[in-house]
Amino acid sequence: MKIKMGTDLFFGQPVRCSATIAPAKNKSVPIFVLALFCLALLPGFARAEGMISQTGFSGEREISLSFSQPLAPEVAGNPASYVVYEEADPDIRLAVSEVALAADQRSAVLTFAAPLNTLQPHVVALPALTPAGAEVETFRVSKPYLGYLLSILISALLINNFVFTKYLGLCVFFGTSKRKDTAKGMGFTFTLVIVVSAIMSWFFYQFILKPFHLNFLQIVIFIGLVSLTVQAVDTVLRKVNPALFRAFGVYLVLVIANCIIIAVPLILADNEYNFFETFMLSLGAGGGFLLALYLMSSVRERMELANIPPAFKGIPIAFIVAGQFALAFLGFSGLNLF
Amino acid sequence: MATDKSNFQLVVNGILNENPIFRLVLSMCPAVGISTTVMNGFMLGIAVLFVQVFSSCTIALFQNKIHPRIRIPTYTLTIATWVTVIDLVLAAYLPEAYAKMGIFVKLIVAFAIITMRLEMFASKESVTASFWDGIGMGLGFMFGMMALGFVRELLGLGTILGYDVLGFKPLLFFVLPFAGFFCVGLMMAFFNYLESVYKRAKQRV
Repeated sequence: MKIKMGTDLFFGQPVRCSATIAPAKNKSVPIFVLALFCLALLPGFARAEGMISQTGFSGEREISLSFSQPLAPEVAGNPASYVVYEEADPDIRLAVSEVALAADQRSAVLTFAAPLNTLQPHVVALPALTPAGAEVETFRVSKPYLGYLLSILISALLINNFVFTKYLGLCVFFGTSKRKDTAKGMGFTFTLVIVVSAIMSWFFYQFILKPFHLNFLQIVIFIGLVSLTVQAVDTVLRKVNPALFRAFGVYLVLVIANCIIIAVPLILADNEYNFFETFMLSLGAGGGFLLALYLMSSVRERMELANIPPAFKGIPIAFIVAGQFALAFLGFSGLNLF
Repeated sequence: MATDKSNFQLVVNGILNENPIFRLVLSMCPAVGISTTVMNGFMLGIAVLFVQVFSSCTIALFQNKIHPRIRIPTYTLTIATWVTVIDLVLAAYLPEAYAKMGIFVKLIVAFAIITMRLEMFASKESVTASFWDGIGMGLGFMFGMMALGFVRELLGLGTILGYDVLGFKPLLFFVLPFAGFFCVGLMMAFFNYLESVYKRAKQRV
């Protein structure tokens, strides 16, 4: 029933609410979603306790700190008294090249010699101000969590577009990009299937494969889940919305021949993504594929009218165009929005 | 339903008439992604050959037991099993080559060429014919990858199989990752042109 409502809402048709759903249950859904969003936002507002009250990245190679009490300028203004490293690699110390201490000595901006990887959480410590024998207090610097999630989405959509910069899913890409209609149908179907199957793969990986040390079964399980999703979407769509099934049903079979569908679960298993990151990555991968298909189909529709040498007609010229798109997408590298 | 082609014809068919890369235009991801050297193409070709032959034989063996409605999931799981085997073998015995190919060995499971051959050929023909068809398709893929790798390595680095043959680097462009698209497009156009010249010559005679 939930799926029925969802598809109808999505395609703008009147929602036929059945009496079997209690009204109270209906109301609780938006509240639940709101609560999830607040949870996702929370880490961004969490403040560090202790000597340093607030931390944050202020630029590509800058970290800004606020102190809970004024600190002595000879210590707080000295780059050597700060210890900074990425949370994942405590052994690799990042060199602080300059410290700008504010006039009231309650805040400072650290400038680094090399650009920081702001996607990773960093740790700042001030061992010089710790009394001898006591454990050194550490402070975590990380981006607001929602911004981090959006950066995963943007990265999968544009910077690391699966088609143009990772060269995956090309068979289906060249097969279904002749017409704009086919491109849209394939893109939407693919996005739906990849989001559902990636979330299922995440659950299987986190709660079955990892605890029981079955990592070698990754490929079989992930592709099995994809087949299952395709079969399920096929059956549900056929019963619930036959019109939609006639439009999108043919693309369902092709989804399984697309490398991206198996690459995404493998990537999220390698990187140990959590639930929200998994959702964003799969949405970005699906959206990126849709974007690539739509761009390509727009060009190919126009190319039919162009005068192309006979040897290049059809697939060869499509490859050349895709190469030019790949060149253009190189321009997105280094894009840093959040 | 037996095929009327001999074993030799089946192999040649996979390499020339129905070459997976240049004729069927299937499994393009590795052809663009990692065809930078001859060696890469050879290694991935071996892996695909293995998976194709063993999956074809497995499906041909059980073709009467597979219910038509669940045939696609069955094919996928069969391929996934053989991919897991070659993935673990390569990771254990050839770790260096495996690291170069990266995620692509695991992605063999989603290569359209293997599923397509199971659907079109192995599910209808005998085990022997499927075996030779698998060999032909695997070799066709391998030769396609090696041809691409040959062009890209020679033009980009001036080497073949790591040996310096030219002494200079003619066009560095060809080893850059995105040049795979251009290289595949240009080579396809070249083969199309050869074919048209061949046909014209034949007509004249």
